[in-house]
Amino acid sequence: MKYYDYPKLFVLALPVAIFFVTFFIVPMVQLAIVGASGDSGVSSYFTIVNTPRHFESMLATLLLSIAVTFTALVISTTAGLFLVRNIFPGKEIVLSILTFPLAFPGVVIGFLIIMLAGRQGLIGLVTKALLGEKTVFAYSMLGLFFGYLYFSIPRVILTIMAAAEKLDKSLEEAAKSLGAPPFRIVIDIIIPALKPGLIASGAICFATSMGAFGTAFTLATNIDVLPMTIYTEFTLNANIAGAASLSIVLGLVTWIALFISRSLSGQTIAVSG
Amino acid sequence: MAGLIIKDIQKSFGKTKVLHGINMEISDGEFIVIVGPSGCGKSTLLRMIAGLENVTSGEILIDNLNVNNKEPMDRNIAMVFQNYALYPHMSVFKNMAYGLKIAGIPKLEISERVQEAAKMLELGELLERKPRELSGGQRQRVAMGRAIVRKPAVFLFDEPLSNLDAKLRIQMRLEIKSLQQRLGTTSLFVTHDQVEAMTLADRMVVMNEGVAEQIGSPLDVFQKPETIFSAQFIGSPAMNLIKGVTDGQSIKLENGVLLKCVTNFSGEVLAGLRPEDLLPDKKGEIIIQIDMAEPIGASTILHGTLKNSDIKIVSMVQGLVDQKDMQKEMSFSISPEVIHLFNRESGKRIN
Ligand SMILES: Nc1ncnc2c1ncn2[C@@H]1O[C@H](COP(=O)(O)OP(=O)(O)O)[C@@H](O)[C@H]1O
Ligand SMILES: [Mg+2]
Repeated sequence: MKYYDYPKLFVLALPVAIFFVTFFIVPMVQLAIVGASGDSGVSSYFTIVNTPRHFESMLATLLLSIAVTFTALVISTTAGLFLVRNIFPGKEIVLSILTFPLAFPGVVIGFLIIMLAGRQGLIGLVTKALLGEKTVFAYSMLGLFFGYLYFSIPRVILTIMAAAEKLDKSLEEAAKSLGAPPFRIVIDIIIPALKPGLIASGAICFATSMGAFGTAFTLATNIDVLPMTIYTEFTLNANIAGAASLSIVLGLVTWIALFISRSLSGQTIAVSG
Repeated sequence: MAGLIIKDIQKSFGKTKVLHGINMEISDGEFIVIVGPSGCGKSTLLRMIAGLENVTSGEILIDNLNVNNKEPMDRNIAMVFQNYALYPHMSVFKNMAYGLKIAGIPKLEISERVQEAAKMLELGELLERKPRELSGGQRQRVAMGRAIVRKPAVFLFDEPLSNLDAKLRIQMRLEIKSLQQRLGTTSLFVTHDQVEAMTLADRMVVMNEGVAEQIGSPLDVFQKPETIFSAQFIGSPAMNLIKGVTDGQSIKLENGVLLKCVTNFSGEVLAGLRPEDLLPDKKGEIIIQIDMAEPIGASTILHGTLKNSDIKIVSMVQGLVDQKDMQKEMSFSISPEVIHLFNRESGKRIN
């Protein structure tokens, strides 16, 4: 048996424990209680399935997040590999500009999307000149999609680039000399090697998209993503119990996604080690 | 199976020239070892033959076919890498099967061929394992297996043993040799280890700074090194080189010692004396002040200074000699036939 110095351990763990209890356990429990305190009691947790508006909002948020994650992964992997593999004039500048969106809060990104695809936006002006009709999609799910993509790509690219730099070039050369055409090398060698990075950054991307609020709020109040629904329930409808239960559900879904990705990429990291 | 011809191959990376025109003709089934110090361009040459590096000028012919512009996949070669380059996410079986799978060979045949190679390499039990679950020697075997199953025209090995410990290196060396003899596949093996080169090669290429200094059988290179570099690189401990002047039948070393030698050249030369050719002899002309003795088991390496000079010289004597039993001074003789003479300017062999 191992001997633990319990008093000492207790003292050392105290700051963490205090922080954990005051900032995590207490609010969470309170939120959970509030969620169950409405007219419908504990069953308000099923509001997500029972109330069509809530269910649709949940579904839309999920679909949006999945679409953003997938697109960001595809674009960033291609771009990340290109940036790692090639040397060209201005590469340093491109790299530093790439991380720029990370510095913006959601509100600013929403604003940028409006500048781009809003009623007075650049895309609208161009399409009006060319087709005679203004294309405006800033205030819709599509606008949100581009907004989320905008701040997801830098994150993923950075992770992919870090992973791609560690790729063993001789693995690709071995595949080449074994007769593999380029697309097979990507599928059989590069993607599996990048898998831990792809899963990890994909999970972050998904979680961020699920919970992002600022951008949606800037674009329009009628975009029904879950964070917006929670806000509306809370402020406009004063449905505090509903808002709380939705919050818990949103948190759970995101947490499960992160958890799955952690165990998946943990496995693949071990496998590729 | 096929022969391999390399015609005046040159390679530059940007402005730096790495290979200065390499020529060699390798016949079908031959085992050629390229040996040279690190950075001399061995890997570059091998990678050019594999198609992983493009050719600046010159020609590479596999089976009399110019492959300069062919993709690696179309060259019918198999390369074994220094770090093995096994796919970490694939099992041993999948690693070995990969090339065959790409080639679209039926599953049943793939399985047969992998099993056959696995048996040959004693990997039968390990087929389901991942590379990380293997020892260094086993990984090395898998890398070999991956090359073998393709039945390529030419094997290319880039220092495949340098990551193994000394004992395993010797064992794998023997295995590679016997495997190559059994398969009869033309092989090009790169190493910086002259012992590896001597033991493996049918013929070896001594390379230095992008130039092939000498091509010949290990014995040839050892007994008749064509250049000073070749002389000093092959053989351990390295050959002594001492300045001297010949008069057509003997040589006067820098310290005044006169030795008989075989030559008809008169003038300034460098005399090459292999440490093991210096034989202890009470009446010998070569008197060495011993500075240090290095017992290496069956023999002892003696580091010393030629008498009446400050010329360092190394000799090797049979048996174990303890430092404290060392005589301060020992005399040696050398037979005239084993004195190598080199031109001081060109570094080329004279006799
Ligand atoms: N891709 C490259 N770019 C520039 N220089 C290179 C490249 N590959 C090799 N070299 C240079 O070419 C020389 C020979 O390298 P290499 O063939 O790897 O030597 P060896 O295998 O004999 O140790 C070295 O000086 C090395 O720095
Ligand atoms: Mg090398």
